[in-house]
Amino acid sequence: MASNEKSYAPGQHPDLPAPTNLVGPIAWIRGNLLSSPTNIVLTALAAWFLYTILPSTLNWLFFDAVFTGEDRNACRAAGEGACWAFIGERFKLFTYGFYPLEQRWRVNLSFVLLCLAMVPVLFDKVPYRQYGLYYAMAFPFIAGWLLVGGNILVLELPIVPTDKFGGIMLTLVIGVTGIAFSLPLGILLALGRSSRLPLIRIFCIGFIEFIRGVPLITLLFVASTMLSYFLPPGTKFDLLLRVLIMVTLFASAYMAEVIRGGLQAIPNGQIEAGDALGLKYWPAMRLIVLPQALKISIPGIVNTFIGLYKDTTLVIIIGLLDPLGIGRASLSDPKWTGLSNEVYLFVALFFFISCFAMSRYSLYLEGKLETGHKR
Amino acid sequence: MKVVKTAAIAATLSLTAALSLGAQASTLQDVQARGELNCVVTTGVAGFAAPDENGRWEGFDVDLCRAVAAAVLGDAEKVKFIPTSAKTRFTILNSGEGDILFRNTTETMSRDVDLKLTFLPVNYYDGQGFLIRKELGITSAKDLDGASICIQTGTTTELNLADFFRTTGISYEPVAVETNEEGITNYSANRCDAYTTDASALASIRAALEDPSAHIILPEIISKEPLGGAVRQGDDQWADIGKWVVNAMINAEELGVTQANVAKLASKAGNNPSINRLLGTESNMGEMVGLDNAWAVRVIAAIGNYGESFDRHIGPNTPIGLSRGLNALWKDGGILYAAPIR
Repeated sequence: MASNEKSYAPGQHPDLPAPTNLVGPIAWIRGNLLSSPTNIVLTALAAWFLYTILPSTLNWLFFDAVFTGEDRNACRAAGEGACWAFIGERFKLFTYGFYPLEQRWRVNLSFVLLCLAMVPVLFDKVPYRQYGLYYAMAFPFIAGWLLVGGNILVLELPIVPTDKFGGIMLTLVIGVTGIAFSLPLGILLALGRSSRLPLIRIFCIGFIEFIRGVPLITLLFVASTMLSYFLPPGTKFDLLLRVLIMVTLFASAYMAEVIRGGLQAIPNGQIEAGDALGLKYWPAMRLIVLPQALKISIPGIVNTFIGLYKDTTLVIIIGLLDPLGIGRASLSDPKWTGLSNEVYLFVALFFFISCFAMSRYSLYLEGKLETGHKR
Repeated sequence: MKVVKTAAIAATLSLTAALSLGAQASTLQDVQARGELNCVVTTGVAGFAAPDENGRWEGFDVDLCRAVAAAVLGDAEKVKFIPTSAKTRFTILNSGEGDILFRNTTETMSRDVDLKLTFLPVNYYDGQGFLIRKELGITSAKDLDGASICIQTGTTTELNLADFFRTTGISYEPVAVETNEEGITNYSANRCDAYTTDASALASIRAALEDPSAHIILPEIISKEPLGGAVRQGDDQWADIGKWVVNAMINAEELGVTQANVAKLASKAGNNPSINRLLGTESNMGEMVGLDNAWAVRVIAAIGNYGESFDRHIGPNTPIGLSRGLNALWKDGGILYAAPIR
């Protein structure tokens, strides 16, 4: 008690700990769960709900689940719960699709290179970021060569036809390509749409409105089947390449509108300030307008990315099998029929992890770029 | 304006040129130049086509793709499988993305004539049945009044179902699904009272359900479903190749030529002229159709005869467990009756 009696100069008194009934778990429960009669009722309902579904869910997911086994019957014999042995046996198919077994190191290597390429793009406090960004720009082409194969200078890899791509790897190929190319394209389209040159403006508006007016599935279908009616026979135009182009164009149209929203939020005074400094169009855009516009657009941009990433499941319509397609096809294995819950959960988990990571990163980026303009 | 006009004319001209170039070379030459057969299959029907854990397609339909590749390219592995849904299969075939289709597809007049397909011999005689929960107490399809029924869109089963209920004058509520597997999921989650599809699939679906004894397959078979391969109309040589590969496999079973004994039988002409013609040790059947005379030897060495393929994928010793039934040889009481190779 002695310290309490000590006298301090005004304003110098150290902070005292909060009263015990305002901190700790009990206070948290009282404050958050039982703060009003409505909340008490809702808490009770939620608790009852959890009590009813949680034990059976956990039992099915983990405690009664079967993790090894030869086929469905072995699973049934071993336990009541989920048959994860199925996913285990099919994991490689889910990951690599139909990629040849002895070449799968190339997929692994590409994935490692992808992770390396993302570091300088995503975080700005990494050493040698400048060179890292050059590498990241080159990455799509390096990965393209690694995955497809062929001859570059002295290096030669056996060619893997793109119809062997599948599963998570296919989703990543389409997703990463779409994301990497749709952002710059979208920026150009957004700038073009507000251009003072009529030809450019009309082209950009026409392109954006056409793509947005047509469902992606239609574009994919056109890319896969209708193109062969128009191209001279014997023209080899890789199916995956067509898909990549269509997905990128589709995403870039949406991206353009998102970025246009950001551009319109920038007051004219900013551009005039650029003019006053003697900056021409491109420097003014690059140094003044776009950094602000893109910052505002981050949630919308990431939204488009996530949409694009999930849209990759549509490729099943043209005969490419993404994780969902692989899962569905796997369900037709006579040894394993009837395990749809496991497959759909696994695929959902994969997409959730990817999309949640993107959304968390966008929050982090917004926080980092926050300069007090938030309303 | 002049620029636009010129550009439009140029575009039209190049389009016409491109179109007129289309569909000139024969499919056989295309496939041999490409070194790969593009085969349209399903995205997955148990026993007929599905990838195994290493990503290798397996099944009764898949075997036929491999058989054609063995005959045409000399290597049963040179097949690119194009998985398609019921709705996209014919578009993929007709656009030229696929060379040949083996996708448990029912041969019908409108598909043959209107969709411009040429069907290959029937490789599986099927019919449409119903799978239903026992607790509903229904024992005949005529009692299905007001039932909700899961049905794959874009299939003949969808049309048969409508016909059946129209002729019997009772009502039903269709629940449209895209794939067979989706139908099973919906049915087992109780979103429809009954599931209808080809009877060949129903037995295996029932066997895979949580409690098979709680479900019954109704006795009625409401349609004829002759399942066969198909090619684009207009290339008779290619259709002939598909046709005779299927016939060769059926004839091989009839003549007792198997994967095990084909090499020995083909090594020199024996005293059964039918076998000799099939295996090319006598006359030149293969050359007539644009292949070499050992075409059927390669097919049987790679795939086996019809019965071997059947037993391997959908026969009684597989989880599918189908008996031969209608699909037995004519000698054994079925209706499988392939035209002779002579």
